[in-house]
Amino acid sequence: MIGLTQVYALAGFVFAGFAVLSLRDPTNPRRVRNALFWGLFALSFLAGDRLGNLGNGVLVLVMALAAALGLGRSGTGAADAEARAASARAYGLRLFLPALLIPLMVLAGSLGVRHGGPALAALVDPKQATLVSLGVAALVVAVLSVRLFHQPVLSPLTEGLRLADTIGWMALLPQMLAALGAVFALAGVGGVVGETVTRVFPMDTRLAAVVVYCLGMAGFTVLMGNAFAAFPVMTAGVALPVLVGRFGGDPAAVCAIGMLSGFCGTLLTPLAANFNLAPAALLDLDDRFAVIRAQAPTALVLLAVNTVLMNVLAFPAHS
Amino acid sequence: MLVLLGVLLVVAGFAVGLNPLLVVLASALATGLAAGLSPLEVLAAFGKAFNENRYVSAAWLILPVIGVLERSGLQEAARGLIGRLRSVTFARLMLSYLLFRQATSALGLTSIAGQTQTIRPIIAPMAEAARAVETGLAEVAPAEAQRVRAFAAATDNIGLFFGEDIFLAIGSVLLMVGFLQQNGITVEPLHLSVWAIPTAIAAFAVHGVRILMFGRRERPRP
Repeated sequence: MIGLTQVYALAGFVFAGFAVLSLRDPTNPRRVRNALFWGLFALSFLAGDRLGNLGNGVLVLVMALAAALGLGRSGTGAADAEARAASARAYGLRLFLPALLIPLMVLAGSLGVRHGGPALAALVDPKQATLVSLGVAALVVAVLSVRLFHQPVLSPLTEGLRLADTIGWMALLPQMLAALGAVFALAGVGGVVGETVTRVFPMDTRLAAVVVYCLGMAGFTVLMGNAFAAFPVMTAGVALPVLVGRFGGDPAAVCAIGMLSGFCGTLLTPLAANFNLAPAALLDLDDRFAVIRAQAPTALVLLAVNTVLMNVLAFPAHS
Repeated sequence: MLVLLGVLLVVAGFAVGLNPLLVVLASALATGLAAGLSPLEVLAAFGKAFNENRYVSAAWLILPVIGVLERSGLQEAARGLIGRLRSVTFARLMLSYLLFRQATSALGLTSIAGQTQTIRPIIAPMAEAARAVETGLAEVAPAEAQRVRAFAAATDNIGLFFGEDIFLAIGSVLLMVGFLQQNGITVEPLHLSVWAIPTAIAAFAVHGVRILMFGRRERPRP
Protein backbone atom coordinates (compact mmCIF):
# COMPACT_ATOMS: atom_id res chain seq x y z
CA MET A 1 0.00 0.00 0.00
CA ILE A 2 1.30 3.46 -0.89
CA GLY A 3 1.26 5.75 2.13
CA LEU A 4 3.36 8.17 4.13
CA THR A 5 6.45 5.90 3.98
CA GLN A 6 6.68 6.13 0.19
CA VAL A 7 6.02 9.89 0.10
CA TYR A 8 8.67 10.45 2.77
CA ALA A 9 11.10 8.25 0.81
CA LEU A 10 10.49 10.36 -2.32
CA ALA A 11 11.05 13.56 -0.33
CA GLY A 12 14.16 11.98 1.19
CA PHE A 13 15.62 11.20 -2.22
CA VAL A 14 14.85 14.74 -3.48
CA PHE A 15 16.55 16.29 -0.43
CA ALA A 16 19.48 13.85 -0.81
CA GLY A 17 19.77 15.08 -4.40
CA PHE A 18 19.85 18.68 -3.10
CA ALA A 19 22.64 17.68 -0.69
CA VAL A 20 24.79 16.07 -3.40
CA LEU A 21 24.27 18.99 -5.80
CA SER A 22 25.07 21.48 -3.03
CA LEU A 23 28.28 19.68 -2.14
CA ARG A 24 29.43 19.58 -5.76
CA ASP A 25 28.72 23.26 -6.40
CA PRO A 26 32.06 25.13 -6.42
CA THR A 27 30.32 28.54 -6.70
CA ASN A 28 28.72 28.18 -3.26
CA PRO A 29 31.24 29.12 -0.55
CA ARG A 30 29.05 27.44 2.10
CA ARG A 31 28.52 24.23 0.15
CA VAL A 32 29.46 21.91 3.03
CA ARG A 33 26.99 23.57 5.38
CA ASN A 34 24.24 23.47 2.72
CA ALA A 35 25.00 19.80 2.02
CA LEU A 36 24.83 19.05 5.75
CA PHE A 37 21.47 20.85 6.06
CA TRP A 38 19.82 19.07 3.12
CA GLY A 39 21.57 15.79 3.90
CA LEU A 40 20.11 15.76 7.41
CA PHE A 41 16.71 16.71 6.00
CA ALA A 42 17.05 13.66 3.70
CA LEU A 43 18.12 11.44 6.61
CA SER A 44 15.10 12.59 8.61
CA PHE A 45 12.73 11.63 5.80
CA LEU A 46 14.45 8.36 4.90
CA ALA A 47 15.26 7.01 8.36
CA GLY A 48 13.58 9.31 10.93
CA ASP A 49 11.62 6.45 12.46
CA ARG A 50 14.80 4.49 13.13
CA LEU A 51 16.82 7.30 14.69
CA GLY A 52 15.07 7.27 18.04
CA ASN A 53 13.70 10.34 19.80
CA LEU A 54 17.05 11.59 21.05
CA GLY A 55 18.62 10.91 17.65
CA ASN A 56 15.96 13.04 15.99
CA GLY A 57 16.52 15.72 18.62
CA VAL A 58 20.24 15.83 17.85
CA LEU A 59 19.44 15.87 14.11
CA VAL A 60 17.17 18.90 14.36
CA LEU A 61 19.64 20.63 16.70
CA VAL A 62 22.48 20.26 14.16
CA MET A 63 20.21 21.33 11.29
CA ALA A 64 19.12 24.44 13.17
CA LEU A 65 22.69 25.35 14.14
CA ALA A 66 23.95 24.86 10.56
CA ALA A 67 21.09 26.97 9.23
CA ALA A 68 21.54 29.67 11.87
CA LEU A 69 25.21 30.02 10.97
CA GLY A 70 23.97 30.98 7.50
CA LEU A 71 23.35 28.93 4.38
CA GLY A 72 24.72 29.81 0.95
CA ARG A 73 22.99 29.77 -2.40
CA SER A 74 23.68 27.30 -5.16
CA GLY A 75 24.67 28.54 -8.57
CA THR A 76 23.79 25.33 -10.36
CA GLY A 77 20.20 26.17 -11.35
CA ALA A 78 19.04 29.46 -12.85
CA ALA A 79 18.79 29.13 -16.61
CA ASP A 80 19.77 32.54 -17.97
CA ALA A 81 17.04 35.09 -18.57
CA GLU A 82 17.33 34.94 -22.36
CA ALA A 83 16.82 31.18 -22.48
CA ARG A 84 13.76 31.51 -20.25
CA ALA A 85 12.33 34.32 -22.37
CA ALA A 86 12.91 32.32 -25.57
CA SER A 87 11.23 29.30 -23.99
CA ALA A 88 8.31 31.49 -22.88
CA ARG A 89 7.92 32.82 -26.43
CA ALA A 90 8.09 29.31 -27.86
CA TYR A 91 5.58 27.67 -25.53
CA GLY A 92 3.43 30.65 -24.46
CA LEU A 93 0.28 29.78 -22.57
CA ARG A 94 1.09 26.06 -22.80
CA LEU A 95 3.46 26.67 -19.86
CA PHE A 96 0.44 27.13 -17.60
CA LEU A 97 -0.96 23.67 -18.37
CA PRO A 98 1.46 21.60 -16.20
CA ALA A 99 1.06 24.21 -13.47
CA LEU A 100 -2.68 23.62 -13.57
CA LEU A 101 -2.26 19.86 -13.84
CA ILE A 102 -0.65 19.59 -10.36
CA PRO A 103 -3.63 20.81 -8.32
CA LEU A 104 -6.01 18.91 -10.61
CA MET A 105 -4.09 15.66 -10.03
CA VAL A 106 -4.01 16.25 -6.29
CA LEU A 107 -7.74 16.90 -6.25
CA ALA A 108 -8.54 13.92 -8.50
CA GLY A 109 -6.22 11.66 -6.50
CA SER A 110 -7.66 12.55 -3.11
CA LEU A 111 -11.25 12.24 -4.30
CA GLY A 112 -10.53 9.11 -6.37
CA VAL A 113 -8.99 7.18 -3.50
CA ARG A 114 -11.92 7.96 -1.23
CA HIS A 115 -14.71 7.36 -3.69
CA GLY A 116 -13.06 5.21 -6.37
CA GLY A 117 -13.89 1.82 -4.89
CA PRO A 118 -11.95 -0.77 -2.91
CA ALA A 119 -9.24 -1.35 -5.55
CA LEU A 120 -7.90 2.19 -5.30
CA ALA A 121 -8.38 2.24 -1.53
CA ALA A 122 -6.26 -0.90 -1.27
CA LEU A 123 -3.52 0.67 -3.41
CA VAL A 124 -3.29 3.98 -1.57
CA ASP A 125 -3.69 4.63 2.16
CA PRO A 126 -6.97 6.61 2.21
CA LYS A 127 -5.85 8.61 5.25
CA GLN A 128 -2.84 9.93 3.31
CA ALA A 129 -4.54 10.29 -0.08
CA THR A 130 -3.83 14.04 -0.40
CA LEU A 131 -0.13 13.81 0.39
CA VAL A 132 0.34 10.71 -1.81
CA SER A 133 -1.47 12.49 -4.66
CA LEU A 134 0.79 15.51 -4.18
CA GLY A 135 3.89 13.33 -4.33
CA VAL A 136 2.66 11.52 -7.45
CA ALA A 137 1.65 14.80 -9.12
CA ALA A 138 4.98 16.44 -8.30
CA LEU A 139 6.87 13.49 -9.78
CA VAL A 140 4.69 12.95 -12.88
CA VAL A 141 4.38 16.62 -13.81
CA ALA A 142 8.11 17.19 -13.31
CA VAL A 143 8.93 14.37 -15.76
CA LEU A 144 6.22 15.59 -18.14
CA SER A 145 7.53 19.18 -18.04
CA VAL A 146 11.12 18.08 -18.67
CA ARG A 147 9.93 16.26 -21.82
CA LEU A 148 7.40 18.85 -23.02
CA PHE A 149 9.75 21.82 -22.68
CA HIS A 150 13.00 20.01 -23.55
CA GLN A 151 14.75 20.66 -20.24
CA PRO A 152 17.83 18.81 -18.93
CA VAL A 153 17.06 15.53 -17.17
CA LEU A 154 18.54 16.78 -13.89
CA SER A 155 16.72 20.13 -14.02
CA PRO A 156 14.04 19.15 -11.47
CA LEU A 157 16.81 18.75 -8.90
CA THR A 158 18.96 21.73 -9.91
CA GLU A 159 15.92 24.03 -10.21
CA GLY A 160 14.33 22.59 -7.09
CA LEU A 161 17.55 23.35 -5.22
CA ARG A 162 17.58 26.90 -6.59
CA LEU A 163 14.10 27.46 -5.11
CA ALA A 164 15.01 25.63 -1.90
CA ASP A 165 18.04 27.88 -1.45
CA THR A 166 15.86 30.93 -2.02
CA ILE A 167 13.75 29.78 0.92
CA GLY A 168 16.88 28.77 2.88
CA TRP A 169 16.52 28.09 6.59
CA MET A 170 12.89 29.24 6.43
CA ALA A 171 12.22 25.80 4.91
CA LEU A 172 12.73 24.31 8.37
CA LEU A 173 10.80 26.84 10.46
CA PRO A 174 7.21 25.57 9.96
CA GLN A 175 8.11 22.00 11.01
CA MET A 176 10.12 23.29 13.98
CA LEU A 177 7.23 25.48 15.09
CA ALA A 178 4.95 22.45 14.83
CA ALA A 179 7.39 20.55 17.08
CA LEU A 180 7.52 23.51 19.48
CA GLY A 181 3.74 23.34 19.62
CA ALA A 182 4.02 19.71 20.68
CA VAL A 183 6.52 20.61 23.46
CA PHE A 184 4.15 23.37 24.56
CA ALA A 185 1.38 20.77 24.64
CA LEU A 186 3.57 18.40 26.67
CA ALA A 187 4.31 21.12 29.20
CA GLY A 188 0.67 22.10 29.33
CA VAL A 189 1.11 25.60 27.90
CA GLY A 190 -2.19 25.28 26.04
CA GLY A 191 -3.88 24.38 29.28
CA VAL A 192 -2.37 27.34 31.13
CA VAL A 193 -3.23 29.75 28.32
CA GLY A 194 -6.67 28.18 27.98
CA GLU A 195 -7.26 28.39 31.76
CA THR A 196 -6.04 31.97 31.86
CA VAL A 197 -8.15 32.94 28.87
CA THR A 198 -11.17 31.06 30.22
CA ARG A 199 -10.77 32.65 33.64
CA VAL A 200 -10.22 36.15 32.33
CA PHE A 201 -12.85 36.04 29.57
CA PRO A 202 -16.29 34.62 30.28
CA MET A 203 -17.33 32.03 27.69
CA ASP A 204 -20.82 31.26 28.93
CA THR A 205 -22.33 31.87 25.54
CA ARG A 206 -21.30 30.40 22.21
CA LEU A 207 -20.72 33.84 20.71
CA ALA A 208 -18.39 34.81 23.56
CA ALA A 209 -16.38 31.61 23.06
CA VAL A 210 -16.14 32.21 19.30
CA VAL A 211 -14.93 35.77 19.91
CA VAL A 212 -12.32 34.57 22.43
CA TYR A 213 -11.02 31.88 20.03
CA CYS A 214 -10.82 34.14 16.94
CA LEU A 215 -9.30 37.14 18.74
CA GLY A 216 -7.08 34.76 20.72
CA MET A 217 -5.76 33.14 17.52
CA ALA A 218 -4.99 36.58 16.08
CA GLY A 219 -3.48 37.90 19.31
CA PHE A 220 -1.37 34.83 20.00
CA THR A 221 -0.19 34.85 16.37
CA VAL A 222 0.94 38.46 16.80
CA LEU A 223 2.98 37.35 19.83
CA MET A 224 4.40 34.21 18.17
CA GLY A 225 4.80 35.61 14.64
CA ASN A 226 3.22 32.54 13.13
CA ALA A 227 -0.30 31.13 13.10
CA PHE A 228 1.22 27.61 13.07
CA ALA A 229 2.52 28.14 16.61
CA ALA A 230 -0.65 29.77 17.90
CA PHE A 231 -2.96 27.14 16.45
CA PRO A 232 -2.15 24.12 18.65
CA VAL A 233 -2.13 26.25 21.82
CA MET A 234 -5.40 28.10 21.23
CA THR A 235 -7.16 25.09 19.71
CA ALA A 236 -6.23 22.74 22.57
CA GLY A 237 -7.02 25.48 25.11
CA VAL A 238 -10.26 26.92 23.78
CA ALA A 239 -11.56 25.42 20.52
CA LEU A 240 -11.64 21.68 21.30
CA PRO A 241 -12.89 21.77 24.90
CA VAL A 242 -15.32 24.68 24.58
CA LEU A 243 -16.37 25.24 20.95
CA VAL A 244 -16.36 21.59 19.86
CA GLY A 245 -16.85 19.87 23.23
CA ARG A 246 -19.42 22.08 24.93
CA PHE A 247 -21.16 23.81 22.02
CA GLY A 248 -20.98 21.02 19.41
CA GLY A 249 -19.06 22.93 16.73
CA ASP A 250 -17.83 21.22 13.57
CA PRO A 251 -14.08 20.74 14.19
CA ALA A 252 -13.19 21.26 10.50
CA ALA A 253 -15.01 24.60 10.24
CA VAL A 254 -13.84 25.81 13.66
CA CYS A 255 -10.19 24.99 12.93
CA ALA A 256 -10.17 26.31 9.35
CA ILE A 257 -11.70 29.67 10.24
CA GLY A 258 -9.61 29.82 13.42
CA MET A 259 -6.43 29.39 11.38
CA LEU A 260 -7.57 32.18 9.04
CA SER A 261 -8.13 34.42 12.08
CA GLY A 262 -4.53 33.64 12.94
CA PHE A 263 -3.52 34.76 9.44
CA CYS A 264 -5.10 38.16 10.24
CA GLY A 265 -2.64 38.30 13.13
CA THR A 266 0.25 37.38 10.80
CA LEU A 267 -0.55 40.47 8.72
CA LEU A 268 -0.18 42.63 11.84
CA THR A 269 3.05 41.40 13.43
CA PRO A 270 6.67 42.37 12.82
CA LEU A 271 7.59 38.88 14.06
CA ALA A 272 6.43 37.53 10.67
CA ALA A 273 9.51 39.20 9.29
CA ASN A 274 9.66 37.38 5.97
CA PHE A 275 6.21 38.64 4.99
CA ASN A 276 6.13 42.05 6.66
CA LEU A 277 9.63 43.44 7.19
CA ALA A 278 11.67 41.94 4.35
CA PRO A 279 9.43 43.40 1.60
CA ALA A 280 9.73 46.85 3.16
CA ALA A 281 13.50 46.57 2.80
CA LEU A 282 13.19 45.05 -0.65
CA LEU A 283 10.98 47.94 -1.82
CA ASP A 284 13.25 50.58 -0.30
CA LEU A 285 10.61 51.98 2.07
CA ASP A 286 11.63 54.52 4.73
CA ASP A 287 9.11 53.19 7.24
CA ARG A 288 10.01 49.67 8.34
CA PHE A 289 6.38 49.06 9.27
CA ALA A 290 4.86 50.52 6.08
CA VAL A 291 3.68 47.12 4.81
CA ILE A 292 2.04 46.28 8.16
CA ARG A 293 0.32 49.70 8.16
CA ALA A 294 -0.97 49.02 4.64
CA GLN A 295 -2.27 45.61 5.72
CA ALA A 296 -3.79 46.55 9.08
CA PRO A 297 -7.25 47.84 7.98
CA THR A 298 -7.90 44.76 5.82
CA ALA A 299 -6.64 42.43 8.57
CA LEU A 300 -8.83 43.97 11.29
CA VAL A 301 -12.02 43.95 9.18
CA LEU A 302 -11.36 40.35 8.12
CA LEU A 303 -10.85 39.32 11.74
CA ALA A 304 -14.33 40.61 12.51
CA VAL A 305 -15.70 38.86 9.39
CA ASN A 306 -14.08 35.56 10.47
CA THR A 307 -15.64 35.82 13.91
CA VAL A 308 -19.09 36.27 12.38
CA LEU A 309 -18.49 33.48 9.82
CA MET A 310 -17.49 31.02 12.51
CA ASN A 311 -20.51 31.81 14.64
CA VAL A 312 -22.83 31.40 11.65
CA LEU A 313 -21.24 28.47 9.79
CA ALA A 314 -19.44 26.25 12.29
CA PHE A 315 -22.42 25.14 14.36
CA PRO A 316 -24.77 22.82 12.48
CA ALA A 317 -28.30 23.18 13.76
CA HIS A 318 -29.23 20.26 16.01
CA SER A 319 -32.47 18.85 14.73
CA MET B 1 2.55 29.88 35.03
CA LEU B 2 6.30 29.21 34.70
CA VAL B 3 5.73 27.21 31.50
CA LEU B 4 4.68 30.44 29.78
CA LEU B 5 8.36 31.45 29.94
CA GLY B 6 8.87 29.74 26.56
CA VAL B 7 6.18 31.91 24.98
CA LEU B 8 7.85 35.00 26.41
CA LEU B 9 11.22 33.84 25.02
CA VAL B 10 9.79 33.50 21.52
CA VAL B 11 8.34 37.01 21.65
CA ALA B 12 11.55 38.52 23.01
CA GLY B 13 13.82 36.52 20.69
CA PHE B 14 11.92 37.50 17.56
CA ALA B 15 11.64 41.09 18.75
CA VAL B 16 15.42 41.51 19.05
CA GLY B 17 15.91 39.77 15.70
CA LEU B 18 17.64 36.52 16.68
CA ASN B 19 17.49 33.64 14.20
CA PRO B 20 13.98 32.15 14.59
CA LEU B 21 15.30 28.56 14.49
CA LEU B 22 17.48 29.18 17.54
CA VAL B 23 14.67 31.07 19.25
CA VAL B 24 12.38 28.06 18.77
CA LEU B 25 15.00 25.70 20.23
CA ALA B 26 15.59 27.99 23.22
CA SER B 27 11.87 28.31 23.82
CA ALA B 28 11.42 24.53 23.68
CA LEU B 29 14.25 24.10 26.18
CA ALA B 30 12.87 26.71 28.60
CA THR B 31 9.37 25.26 28.37
CA GLY B 32 10.56 21.70 28.92
CA LEU B 33 12.77 22.65 31.88
CA ALA B 34 9.91 24.61 33.43
CA ALA B 35 7.76 21.50 33.07
CA GLY B 36 10.35 19.50 35.03
CA LEU B 37 12.14 17.67 32.18
CA SER B 38 15.91 17.29 31.94
CA PRO B 39 17.67 18.92 28.95
CA LEU B 40 18.11 15.52 27.26
CA GLU B 41 14.46 14.67 27.83
CA VAL B 42 13.50 17.99 26.23
CA LEU B 43 15.73 17.25 23.23
CA ALA B 44 14.16 13.79 22.88
CA ALA B 45 10.64 15.19 23.17
CA PHE B 46 11.43 17.85 20.57
CA GLY B 47 13.01 15.24 18.28
CA LYS B 48 9.98 12.98 18.58
CA ALA B 49 7.60 15.82 17.73
CA PHE B 50 9.86 16.95 14.88
CA ASN B 51 9.79 13.45 13.40
CA GLU B 52 6.02 13.18 13.77
CA ASN B 53 5.53 16.50 11.96
CA ARG B 54 7.50 15.65 8.82
CA TYR B 55 4.44 16.02 6.61
CA VAL B 56 4.69 19.79 7.20
CA SER B 57 7.98 19.82 5.27
CA ALA B 58 6.84 17.16 2.79
CA ALA B 59 5.10 20.05 1.01
CA TRP B 60 8.57 21.03 -0.35
CA LEU B 61 8.24 18.04 -2.70
CA ILE B 62 6.62 20.56 -5.04
CA LEU B 63 9.84 22.59 -5.47
CA PRO B 64 11.45 20.53 -8.30
CA VAL B 65 8.46 20.67 -10.63
CA ILE B 66 7.88 24.40 -10.00
CA GLY B 67 11.61 24.93 -10.61
CA VAL B 68 11.44 23.19 -13.98
CA LEU B 69 8.41 25.26 -14.98
CA GLU B 70 10.21 28.46 -14.00
CA ARG B 71 13.23 27.38 -16.01
CA SER B 72 10.92 26.80 -18.95
CA GLY B 73 9.82 30.44 -18.75
CA LEU B 74 6.59 30.28 -16.72
CA GLN B 75 7.37 33.59 -14.99
CA GLU B 76 8.12 35.26 -18.31
CA ALA B 77 4.90 33.89 -19.78
CA ALA B 78 2.94 35.18 -16.76
CA ARG B 79 4.57 38.60 -17.11
CA GLY B 80 3.72 38.65 -20.81
CA LEU B 81 0.13 37.82 -19.99
CA ILE B 82 -0.19 40.67 -17.47
CA GLY B 83 1.62 43.07 -19.82
CA ARG B 84 -0.99 42.45 -22.49
CA LEU B 85 -3.81 43.67 -20.24
CA ARG B 86 -4.85 46.99 -21.77
CA SER B 87 -5.85 50.29 -20.15
CA VAL B 88 -4.23 49.38 -16.83
CA THR B 89 -5.25 51.70 -13.97
CA PHE B 90 -3.93 51.32 -10.44
CA ALA B 91 -7.23 49.87 -9.22
CA ARG B 92 -7.59 47.44 -12.14
CA LEU B 93 -3.98 46.32 -11.83
CA MET B 94 -4.23 45.70 -8.10
CA LEU B 95 -7.66 44.03 -8.34
CA SER B 96 -6.38 41.76 -11.13
CA TYR B 97 -3.29 40.91 -9.14
CA LEU B 98 -5.27 40.22 -5.96
CA LEU B 99 -7.58 37.89 -7.90
CA PHE B 100 -4.63 36.23 -9.65
CA ARG B 101 -2.75 35.75 -6.39
CA GLN B 102 -5.75 34.33 -4.56
CA ALA B 103 -6.71 32.04 -7.43
CA THR B 104 -3.22 30.65 -8.04
CA SER B 105 -2.60 30.20 -4.31
CA ALA B 106 -5.88 28.30 -4.08
CA LEU B 107 -4.48 25.96 -6.75
CA GLY B 108 -1.36 25.42 -4.63
CA LEU B 109 0.82 27.61 -6.88
CA THR B 110 2.00 29.81 -4.04
CA SER B 111 5.51 30.17 -5.44
CA ILE B 112 4.70 31.43 -8.95
CA ALA B 113 4.44 34.94 -7.51
CA GLY B 114 5.82 36.73 -4.50
CA GLN B 115 7.44 39.84 -3.07
CA THR B 116 10.86 39.21 -4.61
CA GLN B 117 9.94 37.83 -7.99
CA THR B 118 6.72 39.71 -8.75
CA ILE B 119 6.13 42.78 -6.59
CA ARG B 120 9.53 44.47 -6.74
CA PRO B 121 10.36 43.98 -10.45
CA ILE B 122 6.87 44.15 -12.02
CA ILE B 123 3.81 45.03 -9.99
CA ALA B 124 5.19 47.91 -7.89
CA PRO B 125 6.69 49.81 -10.88
CA MET B 126 3.50 49.24 -12.90
CA ALA B 127 1.38 50.46 -9.98
CA GLU B 128 3.49 53.61 -9.61
CA ALA B 129 3.22 54.32 -13.33
CA ALA B 130 -0.54 53.76 -13.27
CA ARG B 131 -0.91 56.19 -10.34
CA ALA B 132 1.18 58.79 -12.19
CA VAL B 133 -1.05 58.58 -15.29
CA GLU B 134 -4.21 58.77 -13.14
CA THR B 135 -3.06 61.88 -11.29
CA GLY B 136 -1.78 63.53 -14.47
CA LEU B 137 1.85 63.60 -13.40
CA ALA B 138 4.98 62.41 -15.15
CA GLU B 139 6.03 60.73 -11.93
CA VAL B 140 4.37 60.26 -8.54
CA ALA B 141 5.79 62.17 -5.56
CA PRO B 142 8.28 60.14 -3.48
CA ALA B 143 5.91 59.85 -0.50
CA GLU B 144 3.09 58.61 -2.74
CA ALA B 145 5.46 56.14 -4.42
CA GLN B 146 6.25 54.67 -1.00
CA ARG B 147 2.55 54.29 -0.17
CA VAL B 148 1.89 52.64 -3.54
CA ARG B 149 4.74 50.17 -3.11
CA ALA B 150 3.72 49.26 0.44
CA PHE B 151 0.16 48.76 -0.76
CA ALA B 152 1.35 46.46 -3.56
CA ALA B 153 3.35 44.37 -1.06
CA ALA B 154 0.34 44.20 1.26
CA THR B 155 -1.87 43.05 -1.61
CA ASP B 156 0.50 40.16 -2.31
CA ASN B 157 0.44 38.95 1.30
CA ILE B 158 -3.34 39.25 1.56
CA GLY B 159 -3.89 37.41 -1.72
CA LEU B 160 -1.51 34.66 -0.62
CA PHE B 161 -2.86 34.21 2.92
CA PHE B 162 -6.51 34.12 1.92
CA GLY B 163 -6.02 31.87 -1.09
CA GLU B 164 -3.57 29.21 0.00
CA ASP B 165 -5.76 27.52 2.60
CA ILE B 166 -8.16 26.48 -0.16
CA PHE B 167 -5.42 24.20 -1.50
CA LEU B 168 -5.56 20.73 0.04
CA ALA B 169 -1.87 20.07 0.52
CA ILE B 170 -0.63 23.38 1.92
CA GLY B 171 1.33 23.29 5.19
CA SER B 172 -1.32 24.88 7.38
CA VAL B 173 -4.04 22.45 6.24
CA LEU B 174 -1.74 19.48 6.86
CA LEU B 175 -0.85 20.92 10.27
CA MET B 176 -4.53 21.11 11.21
CA VAL B 177 -5.13 17.51 10.03
CA GLY B 178 -2.17 16.29 12.07
CA PHE B 179 -3.12 18.23 15.18
CA LEU B 180 -6.71 17.00 15.10
CA GLN B 181 -5.48 13.43 14.56
CA GLN B 182 -3.32 13.71 17.69
CA ASN B 183 -6.48 14.69 19.53
CA GLY B 184 -8.45 11.77 18.18
CA ILE B 185 -10.46 13.65 15.55
CA THR B 186 -10.17 12.50 11.94
CA VAL B 187 -10.77 15.30 9.43
CA GLU B 188 -10.27 15.20 5.67
CA PRO B 189 -8.04 17.97 4.23
CA LEU B 190 -10.85 18.72 1.76
CA HIS B 191 -13.24 19.62 4.59
CA LEU B 192 -10.77 22.16 5.98
CA SER B 193 -10.17 23.60 2.50
CA VAL B 194 -13.86 24.13 1.85
CA TRP B 195 -14.21 26.24 5.00
CA ALA B 196 -11.49 28.59 3.75
CA ILE B 197 -13.65 29.69 0.80
CA PRO B 198 -16.04 32.12 2.62
CA THR B 199 -13.12 34.04 4.15
CA ALA B 200 -11.34 34.10 0.77
CA ILE B 201 -14.38 35.78 -0.81
CA ALA B 202 -14.62 38.24 2.08
CA ALA B 203 -10.91 39.05 1.75
CA PHE B 204 -11.34 39.89 -1.93
CA ALA B 205 -14.34 42.11 -1.14
CA VAL B 206 -12.71 43.96 1.78
CA HIS B 207 -9.32 44.51 0.18
CA GLY B 208 -10.97 45.21 -3.19
CA VAL B 209 -12.92 48.10 -1.65
CA ARG B 210 -9.68 49.42 -0.13
CA ILE B 211 -7.98 49.21 -3.53
CA LEU B 212 -10.79 51.23 -5.13
CA MET B 213 -10.60 53.80 -2.30
CA PHE B 214 -6.82 54.03 -2.67
CA GLY B 215 -7.19 54.54 -6.44
CA ARG B 216 -9.75 57.35 -6.04
CA ARG B 217 -7.83 59.21 -3.36
CA GLU B 218 -5.98 62.49 -4.04
CA ARG B 219 -7.04 62.68 -7.66
CA PRO B 220 -7.09 66.19 -9.16
CA ARG B 221 -10.66 67.44 -9.27
CA PRO B 222 -11.98 68.51 -12.64
